[in-house]
Amino acid sequence: MADHDVALTVNGEPRRGRAEARTTLADFLRDELGLTGTHLACEHGVCGSCTVLFDGDAVRACLLFAVQAAGHEVVTIEGIAPAPGGPDRGALDPGAPDRGALGPVQQAFMECHGLQCGFCTPGFVVSVSAFLDECSDPTDAQILDGLSGNLCRCTGYQGIVAAVRRAVELRSGALPAAEPSESRP
Amino acid sequence: MKPAPFEYHSPATVAEALALLREHGDDAKPLAGGQSLVPMLALRLTRFAHLVDLNGVGALAGVELQPERLHIGSTTRQRVLERDATVAAAVPLLARAAPHIGHFQIRNRGTVGGSLAHADPASELPAVAVALDAELVVGERTVAARDFFTGTWTTTLADDELLTAAVFPVWSGDVRAAVHEVARRNGDFALAGAAIQVSVDDGRVARAAIALFGLDSTPVRALDAEAALVAGESLAAVAALAVRDVEPNDDIHATGAQRRRIGAAVVERALQEVCGG
Repeated sequence: MADHDVALTVNGEPRRGRAEARTTLADFLRDELGLTGTHLACEHGVCGSCTVLFDGDAVRACLLFAVQAAGHEVVTIEGIAPAPGGPDRGALDPGAPDRGALGPVQQAFMECHGLQCGFCTPGFVVSVSAFLDECSDPTDAQILDGLSGNLCRCTGYQGIVAAVRRAVELRSGALPAAEPSESRP
Repeated sequence: MKPAPFEYHSPATVAEALALLREHGDDAKPLAGGQSLVPMLALRLTRFAHLVDLNGVGALAGVELQPERLHIGSTTRQRVLERDATVAAAVPLLARAAPHIGHFQIRNRGTVGGSLAHADPASELPAVAVALDAELVVGERTVAARDFFTGTWTTTLADDELLTAAVFPVWSGDVRAAVHEVARRNGDFALAGAAIQVSVDDGRVARAAIALFGLDSTPVRALDAEAALVAGESLAAVAALAVRDVEPNDDIHATGAQRRRIGAAVVERALQEVCGG
């Protein structure tokens, strides 16, 4: 079947690629655009690893076809904060961190041991960023509900919940970010 | 897993969409939010030669408050039910049901019409539609919700028809609503759930709508329980009446007897929320 020409905005930049109709947005981002921060695990909408922002809303990139994203705006984990030494696709908003710097949600996950193997982490970071944009001072019950669409299979959720609480502090600017473990062996 | 190949169509109008469905018959499937259809395609539980994407049909999206009714276009996102103040004021049960649908990432994309047309027996919106006697608009014809759902994932929609809107009655007075369900994990399909809306006049329930989901292949309207509630019977008695006639099957998630007990419990919880002191 004929490929489709897909032109869209990814992390603030116009991008273009080719996709079969059945190619999911997640596969398109990874294989056609080289943005491999978006991870795929279950590929049927359960695990949340592939979460991206689609026109500003957090969605499963495995449940959208790339052709449906033509003309739309997508933000991936690379747009939440650009990877060190990677292509500079971040800086969506003036307050976005410099290349290599961590966003507040990423910083919080690091401080609170919110990740172990890290495979699910991009999805968690995108989901939590979207969640906190809408609910900037959540209760514990709201945090658990907000996290329920993402699965982690090795860290355990205590550190992730703590990371969300810490991200609330970091985003509010009430407390300065802790210095990254300078003296740890 | 990846979906099998298909041809993608993106009509701009309802007429174009219907023409595509007529042309391709049961080889074609409308694609709305894709939160149920795409997983089924990815798992190869189903496949279609043609997908007709409704997301470009602008006329299908949107909420409109009309005299004594709320008109919801079929591709309106479930997230709108959760956020829109008009929906919460006009049909409180819709606003209460929405947070139970999947997770917020699912509701950002999933649509009202998609959930109704998919007709999963454990899903919330079909039960809300049945509870409130919603009217489902299918082109020229209008179908009462109680006549629309015929079985698991099955409705009276023909292959070449589109669900274009759902119309919910707007109740007057002191209207209260609650949805309670029990699921294995937050966001999973409910083992059993209850959707209840009442209007309260002078401290008494003047009008009641009760529907259960997850207990049968279609939503179950509990008319006798509604009458008992209006007659002032105890909440426990109303809850027992609500599940009197259901006979859920055993499956890997729960036995039928468990589902029935959970059904009575969620009805009672929802009643306590809407009637409780």
